[in-house]
Amino acid sequence: MSYLDTLLFGVYPYLAGAVFLLGSLARFDRDQFTWKAHSSQILSNKNMRLASNLFHVGILLLFLGHFVGLLTPPELFHALGISAGAKQILAIVAGSVAGLMCFVGLTMLVQRRLNDPRVRATSTRMDIFILLLLYVQLILGLLTVPVSLMHMDGGNMLLLMQWARNVVTFDPAEAVAAIGGMGLLFKLHIFLGLTVFLVFPFSRLVHIWSAPVTYVARPYQVVRQR
Amino acid sequence: MSHFLDRLNFFRKTADTFSGEHGIVTNEDRGWEDAYRARWQHDKVVRSTHGVNCTGSCSWKIYVKNGLVTWETQQTDYPRTRDDLPNHEPRGCQRGASYSWYLYSANRVKYPMVRGRLLKLWRAALAEKKDPVDAWASIVEDSVKATEYKSQRGLGGFVRATWDEVNQLIAAANVYTTKQYGPDRIYGFSPIPAMSMVSYAAGSRYLSLIGGACGSFYDWYCDLPPASPMIWGEQTDVPESADWYNSTFLMMWGSNVPQTRTPDAHFMTEVRYKGAKTVVVCPDYSEASKFADIWLHPKQGTDAAVAMAMGHVILREFHLDGKSEYFTDYVRTKTDFPVLVLLDRRDDGSYVNGRFLRASDLTGGAEQANNPEWKTLAFDENSGKLIVPNGSIGFRWGEKEGMVGKWNLEPKESLSGAETQLRLSVNDIKDEVAPVAFPYFGSTQHPHFACTEHDAVQVRNVPAKKIKLADGSEALVATVYDLTLAQYGLDRGLGGGNVAKTYDDDVPYTPAWQERITGTPREQIITVARQFAENADKTHGKSMIIIGAAMNHWYHMDMNYRGVINMLMMCGCVGQSGGGWSHYVGQEKLRPQTGWTALAFALDWHRPPRHMNSTSFWYIHSSQWRHEKLAMTEVLSPLADPKQWQGTQIDYNVRSVRMGWLPSAPQLDQNPLAVAKAAAAAGEEPAPYVVKSLKSGQLGFAFEDPDNPANFPRNLFVWRSNLLGSSGKGHEYFLKYLLGTTHGVQGKDLGEEGGEKPLEVKWRDAAHGKLDLLVTLDFRMSTTCMYSDIVLPTATWYEKNDLNTSDMHPFIHPLSAAVDPAWESRTDWDIFKGIAKAFSETCPGHLGVEKDIVALPTLHDTPTELAQPLDVKDWKKGECELIPGKTAPSLIVVERDYPNTYRKFTALGPLMSKIGNGGKGINWNTEHEVEALATLNYTVQEEGVSKGLPRIESDIDAAEVILMLAPETNGHVAVKSWAALSKITGRDHTHLAIPKEHEKIRFRDIVAQPRKIISSPTWSGLEDEKVSYNAGYTNVHELIPWRTLTGRQQFYQDHPWMLGFGEAMCAYRPPVDMKTVEPIIGQKPNGNKEIVLNFITPHQKWGIHSTYTDNLLMLTLSRGGPIIWISEIDAKKAGIEDNDWIEAYNLNGAIAARAVVSQRVPEGMSMMYHAQEKIVNTPGSEITGTRGGIHNSVTRAVLKPTHMIGGYAQQSYGFNYYGTVGSNRDEFIIVRKMAKIDWMDDETSSEATTVEAH
Repeated sequence: MSYLDTLLFGVYPYLAGAVFLLGSLARFDRDQFTWKAHSSQILSNKNMRLASNLFHVGILLLFLGHFVGLLTPPELFHALGISAGAKQILAIVAGSVAGLMCFVGLTMLVQRRLNDPRVRATSTRMDIFILLLLYVQLILGLLTVPVSLMHMDGGNMLLLMQWARNVVTFDPAEAVAAIGGMGLLFKLHIFLGLTVFLVFPFSRLVHIWSAPVTYVARPYQVVRQR
Repeated sequence: MSHFLDRLNFFRKTADTFSGEHGIVTNEDRGWEDAYRARWQHDKVVRSTHGVNCTGSCSWKIYVKNGLVTWETQQTDYPRTRDDLPNHEPRGCQRGASYSWYLYSANRVKYPMVRGRLLKLWRAALAEKKDPVDAWASIVEDSVKATEYKSQRGLGGFVRATWDEVNQLIAAANVYTTKQYGPDRIYGFSPIPAMSMVSYAAGSRYLSLIGGACGSFYDWYCDLPPASPMIWGEQTDVPESADWYNSTFLMMWGSNVPQTRTPDAHFMTEVRYKGAKTVVVCPDYSEASKFADIWLHPKQGTDAAVAMAMGHVILREFHLDGKSEYFTDYVRTKTDFPVLVLLDRRDDGSYVNGRFLRASDLTGGAEQANNPEWKTLAFDENSGKLIVPNGSIGFRWGEKEGMVGKWNLEPKESLSGAETQLRLSVNDIKDEVAPVAFPYFGSTQHPHFACTEHDAVQVRNVPAKKIKLADGSEALVATVYDLTLAQYGLDRGLGGGNVAKTYDDDVPYTPAWQERITGTPREQIITVARQFAENADKTHGKSMIIIGAAMNHWYHMDMNYRGVINMLMMCGCVGQSGGGWSHYVGQEKLRPQTGWTALAFALDWHRPPRHMNSTSFWYIHSSQWRHEKLAMTEVLSPLADPKQWQGTQIDYNVRSVRMGWLPSAPQLDQNPLAVAKAAAAAGEEPAPYVVKSLKSGQLGFAFEDPDNPANFPRNLFVWRSNLLGSSGKGHEYFLKYLLGTTHGVQGKDLGEEGGEKPLEVKWRDAAHGKLDLLVTLDFRMSTTCMYSDIVLPTATWYEKNDLNTSDMHPFIHPLSAAVDPAWESRTDWDIFKGIAKAFSETCPGHLGVEKDIVALPTLHDTPTELAQPLDVKDWKKGECELIPGKTAPSLIVVERDYPNTYRKFTALGPLMSKIGNGGKGINWNTEHEVEALATLNYTVQEEGVSKGLPRIESDIDAAEVILMLAPETNGHVAVKSWAALSKITGRDHTHLAIPKEHEKIRFRDIVAQPRKIISSPTWSGLEDEKVSYNAGYTNVHELIPWRTLTGRQQFYQDHPWMLGFGEAMCAYRPPVDMKTVEPIIGQKPNGNKEIVLNFITPHQKWGIHSTYTDNLLMLTLSRGGPIIWISEIDAKKAGIEDNDWIEAYNLNGAIAARAVVSQRVPEGMSMMYHAQEKIVNTPGSEITGTRGGIHNSVTRAVLKPTHMIGGYAQQSYGFNYYGTVGSNRDEFIIVRKMAKIDWMDDETSSEATTVEAH
């Protein structure tokens, strides 16, 4: 097992991360015209506003939750007086709400992508693959909730945080050690999560890089110099 | 450097601020903007245009980028013409601007395609027989094999083949057909050469070399107005659109100018700013109607009644009451108004107008030694005598010495040359007032058109003069003017009935009378007529009528058109700048015509070529005559004796062919090569041998037995055309009989149903699948391609070199190759060159040097147009001798060197230097031009028949031949041609071309910029810096006669058949009853209500001309598939809502389309824009069980005997000039909502054929 663990949780994260960054860079530089969300709303607008918003709001919250949850040093929230158990409850509640929103939205989107003839006809294989990948990943994530409810002490959570922290601090051996005893469900979830990063540059997900967040605060008029 | 790195500028992003922090200046990378700049960058721009169907003839910039055509925009570099005119540019429309879509679309034909079943049979046969001709014979002579592929036409199943393979197959079929049945069993159909004349010439040159027949199109499209040849002896000649700007009173009569003449419409809108009045006559609220100061909307099909009532007003106020000196002078000198007509006595004591009085009727032929039967007479006011004035057609041919040069319109007596003033009316010198009977058709009952109760014979008093004839008897004569006043129902104070004192009298042809028929208020008629004439009087003819084909598509189109043209002639508008008749449909003037005919019909190698009038051809070979329901007695004059006028439409056609009036294809009922051989075996000359055999009955004409397999048209080439998706009237009959495949014909033929069978034609069981091979050349998979056996991929209009001219503007400009033909496509020139080569290679063992007997009808603009002057005699009935060229077609032997067909195709033959060139009755020497071509194109070096002759290898070589030989593009030739005409008219016309004598337009010149052409006698207008091109201008201003019997514009037509069918003068004739609705209405219910509507097929907004209806961009702007417009009232009656699927059907077939419910359409009428492909978004029909058809699925061609007249001055045959026309608007359809939409897109149930593609 440890050989596989090393490969999947010690090596694979760097592989996926490298492809994610370099791939994005290469695509951005070489293929500007493909850098887009490739919305199909023009082809079928039915329930699109509801489905798309549920999905996007849900998945953004999930992303934020994972980011903060996994990478915030335990020392920090301990210092704030939040115990591991309390943090886990917070994670389960917030994650379930966001996850369910995302699940409803994504279910509608998957249904639409597969069954609407116009959308289906204009979909690439990657469009369908990435959507199904996210769908499976989301379901796996939701399935971890009942499992986590059986271990309310936050111990598993701390191990997962440990893994994440070791990965980003380039300590793969420790990372593998931290995750070695984790259940299959969690391992699968992590593996698919890393895979999302891996395929990211080859899919429409690249639009995330270009989310127009600064637009909210921009001045009325922007003039570019020659 | 890098999109990413260039954007890493967080720390120096803001360079400056302004407007108090509301605006910032940034250093952001701007590289991405280049993408938008590159969007409109291109590698080159090439001049081309849209090449088959569009009158617009707009010059376009074709943009090429990375070797692909990307888009097109309008050219703006037209030369300025006259200083007081607005620019010609911009020319172009949305259709042309979207053409480039075709080049790389899924609809593009990319490879030679063959029907899979045929290819399988062919490969097997070839493997077995080795010789391709034997292989072809083994397929078509085996009825099982032949049916196997013919029955699959239109049902898909194409596979790719190679050029070598298809060329061999086509050549084998052509050689086999020539050898077995005769070369005239090979037919070619391609329309409107003017728009891409080299491409047209490619096919017609090949066919003319092997002796195949080329079919006409202008008459078949029903765009040819027979009224024009009748009145002027001119196919169609019209003012250029810039001349609209010279007009001060513009009528658009059934012509939707902004929609269908988009690039020219600006002249119409511009002249309104100058104060011109615009009147629109159109039953629907069309785009043109929006421009009208007055919009008249008579019921469709009743335009003649409107025109007659307006003529009534004009004649009353401006002629009878003598208000206009200008009009009086014009009609006296330029029309047949003063010419005398014999009045024939009837049994009841009344008279009927007969033929024109001829010099031959008088003692000694009125001293006219030459052609006295062809010279008309009038009274001279100066001398008081009965005289023969200059200009009648007798003066055109065969005059000697002092009488040469009298064919002109100088007001002179022909013998003495004394000045004359011809008498318009004999009223002042009358001997008596004669009661003359006139036919009246307005009381004919019709299920859908209103009629009046006036007598079918209207007797009216006419002033008459007694004259003494050669045989000593006395006869009464009246002038055409006198007869016309009577025909229009004007009371001249001569007593008698059936004439009107006021406009409110209910007498035929008053404004009050027409109200019941047309629904137009009388006040509007009076107002428009009065203003029209008043304007013409004040401006000397600047009233113009722009007319579309709409009115010409009715069975009695002649009446609609003659009614309108009569108004123009009465008001002196024809031939005057800013005035006249502007019919812009279909003929699309081929300006360098006489240069082109030599190339196109291989006149440089053989004369004459075989030409055929397509309407008769399709009517007969698609067996539409077997379903004929319109009896000729229904359209006969009430004054004619029905016993003397027996027979059906095809009978009249057969008689016409027999008497040498109309051509036929095939010609004889035997192989002409075999007939020539039989003559040689009998030791006789071919022509006398044929005469003898015809008389004995051993030999007959093919049309007398069209269902005999010996007389089938075996091979058909269609190029530059969508015959089966567009012009094929009686589409379903084509499918059933000619192609032998799935069809939607609902009616039974005369054999099953009974009914009037033809007298002159052998009745056999119906033949199906007459065509052995249908080859179509196209760049897109059209409906015609779907029904073809072989589809050859041609170059698009942006991939070939060609020439383009129009009647709308005076420029000649090119199509040029922006890119090479894509995939395996080739230019039309290269395709036919390849077929010619394969043909030559296939000949050995089958065809060598052969003698071919060509039957040539009596032709207009040749001496044979003077054939039967006074009466109609049929040799078959023993009424006269069979004299070729006089009472029967000329029989001419042409020697064809079949194995040398390819060499002849690619070189300019010796006849151009030997015989010269010419057209429209004049000839000139052309040796210098041939020499110049030899140096320009180089000469053939290879040994053989073509050695030393100018080469015609490429499409540009072919274009140079046209440009060099034509007077319009070569100043020296223009001067020669005017000089040739001057000899006949006795007036010097060369001054019209001498200023441009040294101009020579070459292909590279027009690629650089469109060029203004040079005036030539081929046309009746001038290309001049002072006047816009206007038809009839040289007739009026150079006194060149119109090419008619009288030499004048003719209100009166005196051929016995014109009299018999009651059309000596214009009359209102209601639409004919096609009888295709009653037998089927209510017979096949689907639960929805059925209504009956008139079926009108106008030009559309989203296709035709420069693109077709399968163009995705145009489909997107429209409804994306076939549509039929109906009125809100009718829609409500039938429970139809907008965009519902509806079915339109009658005995002829059925159409499935969506309904457009619109206020635009009047009640009782439906409109289906023509040429909507059935390959796009067309479901199955509930009626026929097969896919819904095209617009012509519910129509059927009907013929009119008066269009078959020949050998009679202007009423003589000419290719695309005269002949039967395919009218279609008298048709009615049943419309109902569809209950079930079946897309018929399941797999075919029969076993699939698989052939390995290349």
